[in-house]
Amino acid sequence: MIVADRKPMEEVIEEIRDFKNILVLGCNECVTVCEAGGKKEVGVLASALRMYFLKREQEGSPAVSISEHTLERQCDHEYLEEIRQDMDRYDAVVSLACGVGVQFMAEKYNDTPIYPGVNTCFMGATEERGVWTERCQGCGQCILASTGGICPIARCAKRLLNGPCGGSTAGSCEISKDTDCAWQLIINRLEALGRMDEYETLSPLKDWSTDRAGGPRKVVREDLKS
Amino acid sequence: MRLSYPPSVKIIRVPCTGKVDVLHILRAMEKGADGVCAVGCMEGDCHFNSGNFRARVRVAQARQILDTIGVGGERVKMFNLSSSEAPRFVEYVHEMHAKILELGPNPIKTVTSKAA
Amino acid sequence: MSVKTPSRLEKILAAGNLAVTSECGPPRGSDPEVITQKAELIKDHVDAVNITDNQTSVTRMCSLAACIRLKLMGLEPILQMVTRDRNRIALQSDILGAASFDISNILCLSGDHQSFGDCAAGQNVHDIDSMQLIQTVRRMRDEGKFIGGDDIKRPPRMFVGAAANPFADPFEIRVPRLAKKIAAGVEFVQTQCIYNLAKFEAWMKQVVDRGLHEKVHILAGLTPFKSAGMARYMKNRVPGMDVPDEMVKRMAGRPKEDQAQEGIDICVESAQRLKEVEGVAGFHVMAIEWEEKVPEIVERAGLYPRPAAA
Repeated sequence: MIVADRKPMEEVIEEIRDFKNILVLGCNECVTVCEAGGKKEVGVLASALRMYFLKREQEGSPAVSISEHTLERQCDHEYLEEIRQDMDRYDAVVSLACGVGVQFMAEKYNDTPIYPGVNTCFMGATEERGVWTERCQGCGQCILASTGGICPIARCAKRLLNGPCGGSTAGSCEISKDTDCAWQLIINRLEALGRMDEYETLSPLKDWSTDRAGGPRKVVREDLKS
Repeated sequence: MRLSYPPSVKIIRVPCTGKVDVLHILRAMEKGADGVCAVGCMEGDCHFNSGNFRARVRVAQARQILDTIGVGGERVKMFNLSSSEAPRFVEYVHEMHAKILELGPNPIKTVTSKAA
Repeated sequence: MSVKTPSRLEKILAAGNLAVTSECGPPRGSDPEVITQKAELIKDHVDAVNITDNQTSVTRMCSLAACIRLKLMGLEPILQMVTRDRNRIALQSDILGAASFDISNILCLSGDHQSFGDCAAGQNVHDIDSMQLIQTVRRMRDEGKFIGGDDIKRPPRMFVGAAANPFADPFEIRVPRLAKKIAAGVEFVQTQCIYNLAKFEAWMKQVVDRGLHEKVHILAGLTPFKSAGMARYMKNRVPGMDVPDEMVKRMAGRPKEDQAQEGIDICVESAQRLKEVEGVAGFHVMAIEWEEKVPEIVERAGLYPRPAAA
């Protein structure tokens, strides 16, 4: 899933300080799983923002209204349409969805400023509650078949296709003891699968044109288009 | 035991402090409470195993949020005692009451009572 | 072995001599004198000189410019090239730039992660890795072709090297990794500096058992300790480095003013022992910021004078 992390509250406050009718909008999918932007987080942020603005009101600033809502997803037209009739009430939205949701909201509601409430980080998995780690960088040409199911592009700090480098130490990457050396993991896996002879096969130069380098990407399925 | 404590303290009973959510604490403050305390079993003696540990973490989170927005995290606190220790409960209530008097009313209160 | 390039290093190795290389770090500025002065100290005691490429990700004068300066002085440079900072276009381009000055040696490396250096917030490139760079240089040289397939006018004629680290983890793939580099086209390797001689000899034995020493020239890396503190630092803080306790103890056992000489002595003893190891084709003496000691090490190891340029 997409893993995101809450933005510091001070940053969110700074984004919306000049507005009077703000909607805090959550998403029920990835950001709920990584506890950054689901219904609970929306509730906490909205309550804190209300108190902040009430305190400011005490000091003479105009009143600010904070509303809250959570959509199933913010990356599909149908779900975003659900709030169409309410959008006139708001002069700003803080979206706790990932970067995709924030942008899709902004495209759909062109006249309302949409601000991000989380920092979108990576595609990853839940190792345990409270710990999420990266697994995929969406290079567009998956090579997991030849690396024992472990991706050196997402998990090697130097995205080496013929690793490890000389900095691998006791199974850890040279950048940190807490980061696994992806190539150590790949070698362990190849050993477990009895495929160590594949280690000496040279991996060819990668075609990065389907990666970010090639420009914003698109997938089109003609058979599904209406 | 007929021990007395200030009438301004409102008691909300929960089966375990583990039931107390960050949102409960924040909403209480939002609605004008001057302070919130979670009173639970002694650590290691939670009736439901680890509920009071969860409460401790959530109280800490609420304190941090309240500090960030300038309302003040010291208005929220957790106390641990055994359910038979009535005098200690009263002691804690007095302690909290004194603390809140010292801190003054919830800074957002004037506005909410105007709005009420 | 016949030679494929004008490289002096290749000729010396092909003739069966033990080769000696060393390295210089470029300055953190644009003063060319830093390079020329370091080169002057070692020029008669080595066959070729590596110029490091933004080592430990600390921004310095580029290796290519410093190599050109050495070449103009009449020395034999080894262009170190990391894949961290340049994409495949820039790598091929710099190779051609080096070849235009007839720089005949290249060392292909990945490069330390940028978080170690002065621009930790920067991007890294790693468009291709060090093995793929080896393949690229060989293709440019032997087929006269760019990666994209077009012909190169006046292809580079470079002797291709890489690094080898017998001490990095995991140990079990250290020999397969050398085999892989050989398959990619490497012609010489310089190892990480050796302190654990027994472990190095164990690695060499496996290398020789596979016959790899006949397919690649292996230059054993040596770095003298300047102090006991340096020995401890390298033991504990440098990834992929293996420093036995006895060696640290030996350094620490000397009074401070004698430790530098002890470090040189250890280095010379290591060279003398490694000369006898089958498969060792020479030495890579790295005395960073201590270049003035290279002549002593080379002479006491019995490697002076150097064979005349063929």
